[in-house]
Amino acid sequence: MNAHTQVSNYNFAYLDEQTKRMIRRAILKAIAVPGYQVPFASREMPMPYGWGTGGVQVTASILGPDDVLKVIDQGADDTTNAVSIRKFFQKVAGVETTTSTEDATIIQTRHRIPEAPLQEDQILVYQVPIPEPLRFLEPRETETRKMHALEEYGLMHVKLYEDIAKNGHIATTYAYPVKVEGRYVMDPSPTPKFDNPKMHMSPALQLFGAGREKRIYAVPPHTEVISLDFEDHPFEVQRFDKPCALCGAEQVYLDEVVLDDRGGRMFVCSDTHHCESRQAAGHRGEMSGEVLS
Amino acid sequence: MTVSVRIDQASVEATDLPLMSVRSVSKFYGQRIGCADVDFDIWPGEVLAIVGESGSGKTTLLNCISTRLTPTAGTVSYRMRDGEMRDLYGLGEAERRLLLRTDWGFVHQNPADGLRMTVSAGANVGERLMAVGDRHYGKIRATATDWLGRVEIDADRIDDQPRAFSGGMRQRLQIARNLVTAPRLVFMDEPTGGLDVSVQARLLDLLRGLVHDLGLAVIIVTHDLAVARLLSHRMMVMKDGRVIEHGLTDRLLDDPQAPYTQLLVSSILQV
Repeated sequence: MNAHTQVSNYNFAYLDEQTKRMIRRAILKAIAVPGYQVPFASREMPMPYGWGTGGVQVTASILGPDDVLKVIDQGADDTTNAVSIRKFFQKVAGVETTTSTEDATIIQTRHRIPEAPLQEDQILVYQVPIPEPLRFLEPRETETRKMHALEEYGLMHVKLYEDIAKNGHIATTYAYPVKVEGRYVMDPSPTPKFDNPKMHMSPALQLFGAGREKRIYAVPPHTEVISLDFEDHPFEVQRFDKPCALCGAEQVYLDEVVLDDRGGRMFVCSDTHHCESRQAAGHRGEMSGEVLS
Repeated sequence: MTVSVRIDQASVEATDLPLMSVRSVSKFYGQRIGCADVDFDIWPGEVLAIVGESGSGKTTLLNCISTRLTPTAGTVSYRMRDGEMRDLYGLGEAERRLLLRTDWGFVHQNPADGLRMTVSAGANVGERLMAVGDRHYGKIRATATDWLGRVEIDADRIDDQPRAFSGGMRQRLQIARNLVTAPRLVFMDEPTGGLDVSVQARLLDLLRGLVHDLGLAVIIVTHDLAVARLLSHRMMVMKDGRVIEHGLTDRLLDDPQAPYTQLLVSSILQV
């Protein structure tokens, strides 16, 4: 994208410089105190709450003209949310965008971590709806802040206890609470718990933005991120019986796709870029057709 | 007005040093008096009843000494498990809250205030264990089952939420939840209020047994003299925020000295 397609009436990356400065300060504080929710003066963005206003503000504040941006929505590069945010930054910042995980310097994500391992020079920006992991157990904000300050996290285990008592195993499958660097309990945003181990000691910087709730938090590179569990009910990720139906990948997170009204279904990679690059490299699943030559 | 009566009963774990010392504690709500110039000591294993009519400052006093409300004046000191006497309001908030959920218990009049109504009975009992770092599901559940049995709740109700329980069961669950960390001091605010008479009797019986077996020190606030008679070793009578009479329960109820106490004792219905 070149400057002539950029909307000239906006400052680079939409937000004014003072706002970016304010958000960067919040980000720096968040990085300095891993897992701590830093309040910030969230702005109105030209999109509704719940569509990633927090993530967009974080991205806008850290974006430089040389950055390459990738946006994913549930692992996919081609769904509405991903496409519109990518176009937004093409328009207001004129930055290069990509769907390739390896080429991106900033990846804004809604609820997945890409399958390809992230690198040291990459930043992952999460869109977060509810940043407070204790919210559904303790409705008072004053009380949850105090609980974080005093490290009173027994309540988090009450939730996991309830899960086991009701279902026989820990049934929380997304937004699975983690403890960051042995101190703060953090909500990893509604990513499937399959992605939790990828956060642990990740070489990439991970930033979390919650626009409506006006909070930013972060996991710096090479930081310990431990999923909470019980000694006799250890943390486990989801397992799938079959490989991806299109690329044959195993050990990846799969989406279920309903094919007809007679119970037909297929399981495919939720990370579309990962699936496509595997297919391009010649991998095939049981339902992939022949490539036209 | 320091009460220094020692209870010498074989059942009471008597030591030479008080567990808690309250000195000239006062709480003012603007011009109004919540409670004024209250002094007393409580020893390990002793049950102290605070009685008086509504608005006499019983609950204000209870909140002041249990760190739920900061008193306007006076000191409250508590003997920690290491034997050191510490001023409660000199402790950090973290230490105070730790005390509240390990070494102390607080039984509310309305069980809904002391329970988590949306999580199961087992989790209610297990919460304090998890708060102090217990991370073994099987052990937490076994302890919870044991405690439900001790407060006469059937083991098959362990996964039910307290909102499916009757008033008496909720109150017993609240007691189990408080006692699971083996506290040394339990505060009770009208624990039998709102229960019918036969349920009250069973609850009192249960409480008396637990207090006796565990050697708990209890400070119980009640307007019901029968409750005080059954449970407590010592009594304090409050009126208009001040302690007007104190002493051994039997002495006080059989031979009340202050005119107000005489009125209180004589207004008990004789069936």
